[in-house]
Amino acid sequence: MNAPTAASTPAIELVGIDKRFGPVHANKNINLSVAKGSIHGIIGENGAGKSTLMSILYGFYHADSGQILVDGKEIRITDSQTAIQAGIGMVHQHFMLVENFSVLENVMLGVEGGPLLKRGVAAVRAELGRIEREYGLEVDPDALIEDLPVGKQQRVEILKALYRGAEVLILDEPTGVLTPAEADHLFRMLAQLKAQGKTVILITHKLREIMAITDTVSVMRRGEMVATRKTSETTMAELAELMVGRRVLLRVEKDEAKPGPVILSVENLTVKDARGVTMVDNVSFQVRAGEIVGIAGVAGNGQSELLEAIAGIRKPASGRILLNGEPVERLDPAKLRKKGLAHVPEDRHHMGLVLAFEEYENAILGYQDDPKYLKGPFLDIDAIRKDAVARIEDYDIRPADPRLKTANFSGGNQQKIVLAREIERDPACLLVGQPTRGVDIGAIEFIHKRLVALRDQGKAILLVSVELDEIRSLSDRILVMFAGTIVGEPAPHAGEQEIGLMMAGIGREAAE
Amino acid sequence: MESLFADLIQIFAATVRLSVPLIFTALAGLYAERSGIFDIGLEGKMLFSAFSAASVATVTGSPWLGLFAAILTGVLLSLVHGFASITQRGNQIISGVAINFIASGLTILLGNAWFGQGGRTPQLANSARFTEITLPFAAEIAPIPFLGPLYSGLISGQNILVYLAFLAVPFTWWVLYRTRFGLRVRAVGENPGAVDTAGISVTWLRYRALICCGILAGFAGTYLSVAQSASFIREMSAGKGYIALAALVFAKWKPLNVLLTCLLFGFLDAASIRLQGTIIPGMGEVPVQLIQALPYILTVVLLAGFIGKAIPPKAGGVPYVKER
Repeated sequence: MNAPTAASTPAIELVGIDKRFGPVHANKNINLSVAKGSIHGIIGENGAGKSTLMSILYGFYHADSGQILVDGKEIRITDSQTAIQAGIGMVHQHFMLVENFSVLENVMLGVEGGPLLKRGVAAVRAELGRIEREYGLEVDPDALIEDLPVGKQQRVEILKALYRGAEVLILDEPTGVLTPAEADHLFRMLAQLKAQGKTVILITHKLREIMAITDTVSVMRRGEMVATRKTSETTMAELAELMVGRRVLLRVEKDEAKPGPVILSVENLTVKDARGVTMVDNVSFQVRAGEIVGIAGVAGNGQSELLEAIAGIRKPASGRILLNGEPVERLDPAKLRKKGLAHVPEDRHHMGLVLAFEEYENAILGYQDDPKYLKGPFLDIDAIRKDAVARIEDYDIRPADPRLKTANFSGGNQQKIVLAREIERDPACLLVGQPTRGVDIGAIEFIHKRLVALRDQGKAILLVSVELDEIRSLSDRILVMFAGTIVGEPAPHAGEQEIGLMMAGIGREAAE
Repeated sequence: MESLFADLIQIFAATVRLSVPLIFTALAGLYAERSGIFDIGLEGKMLFSAFSAASVATVTGSPWLGLFAAILTGVLLSLVHGFASITQRGNQIISGVAINFIASGLTILLGNAWFGQGGRTPQLANSARFTEITLPFAAEIAPIPFLGPLYSGLISGQNILVYLAFLAVPFTWWVLYRTRFGLRVRAVGENPGAVDTAGISVTWLRYRALICCGILAGFAGTYLSVAQSASFIREMSAGKGYIALAALVFAKWKPLNVLLTCLLFGFLDAASIRLQGTIIPGMGEVPVQLIQALPYILTVVLLAGFIGKAIPPKAGGVPYVKER
């Protein structure tokens, strides 16, 4: 072990890094010091600002302010070229490979060693052989990227960085696309790199990986660096709490639930993503009329895919979904709507709204075939606008203008537009994803009250949120998801810490 | 037998002449599209270049200055396309169509203002054109059967631009597969993110590819007005830019395929001219329009997946924006 001493200069030091994307404050005054020859983990939920920070270090984005020190010297990283020259390499979450190029061509791109390729090809071939032997990273240099499994593709990305002389290697969520065996192999490679004196920065939201491989861990939350710990001196529970944080939320006034008959029933549901990775693994649960079932979990543990599968956006690989006892897993979203299943998607910009539309157009999106909005084959614009105005009043949507472009509404008001559209359809079952993400406090309270009122009307509500406080204050029953499975159902008044442990997958280990 | 062979030589010679503008233009499109920029404006670039070449050759009497002007025109129009589609991240098709409209209108307007012949440029003297070059021993070899007509009637007696077009094909292949620039152009058309993270400017790389495109479009235009004919005529590109684009797709964006495809399309054109008015016993007149439509039909059949698969550069048509 080459444990870093206090006297040695850190390989990387970030001082006061600040970055905004429009209204989003992605990095707030970040300080970070990474010891030479160590594996330094950066953990945080999706959207905590980890990737942004590393992209700044790699010159992909520019920080609004702050300094970057490499080996104690301040460096102005203006683009990836300067980062590469400073000895920084990065393996992106989405591989930056040219798929119809060979491994060799991908490695030499940008470091061709002259205007003609001939000399460079020979040099790369020789050097690749050396790196492969030294680090145990075998890969056929003439294979096409598109023919390689993802694990090998990732290896090519690491080879690219090493060929460019990287001393510091950044890996952004490297195990997201890997099978457990591939991930183990990756960790052995990283340990090997560390043994050779390289510095590794590992970005992840998986606590287990942090505990397994890092020397030091820094926790990010909502754009801030909240803590740095020696891995040997911390626990998963502490890290989970630091990641999720305690958020002050207004308590929601509600009576005991009076659950009625089962409305939504999910049986042995398995969902795979486009790459064939299992995201939801044999999940079963039920939602009854008049209750809110909350699904808690650290983002990226399959909740989004579960919600999309139930909403008919993703086709499940296997399993059944019953709505009022009727199998609906083969139906598309339009047919599901007619059967009384409404859906407030997690990402309102991407799925919930067309931002370029005027407010009243979004207010009927998905329900445009409703006879009350039609006059023969044409839309009855007057009826639609009248409806929209009533909705705007009822939900206190501001500004109260149905002709305003939706992009010009604030996040909270946009969310109210979606919510009003879905709730006012009087659904039997409502799916809600991240109802208050990017929403101001006032709107949060309003949205929570509406959801509870809907429950009290006897509707079944399935809530997915990464905000633990939101789950705890709204839900009548809580299910915790981890790595695609439901790992437990904590008691309704379980403490934050107990749920937090389950979210970190520790509850399951204890049970096993 | 002798006359049939002579006929064939004639058709082949016509094929070569008709395929030259297609080769230049398709190669021009190859540079642009391999870098990820769709270029439907090839037609306009060729047309405007033809006009510039003829105008400058008329005024200066030098075909070489005409060629230079045509290249300049092609490059400038490419830069306009680049500014709209790379820098401003506009729609590449719209930008290309705009260039076609501008070329179609402005050539006639300027031609009429400068030369007053209804959009035509004055007839060029042979000294202001690229004329046929007779290769050594053409006359001596001519009497030899088969080989003679082949050499003197097909290989010899073409103008310099024809030879350049056929040289441009292996040259482009060499650039694309044997140089650093080519590697990067191929990469940026597939995954600009890979190029960007390798520390190479996506913007500058794509501009350079478009400049190559403009230069070749300039050659194509010059061939039309200063080599094949002796003046600029309004709309003289007559859809060749689109046929070249079809040829590029048919060739699956590969330089050597481009040569073969352009020769095939040129041959169809030559055959349709040759067969005009010919009566086939029992069938009536040869449907010339059908032969002229064949390049498009073949391309559509190819795109529909009947002849292998044409996979365009993956990042084609998409302006590069870093995530977020």
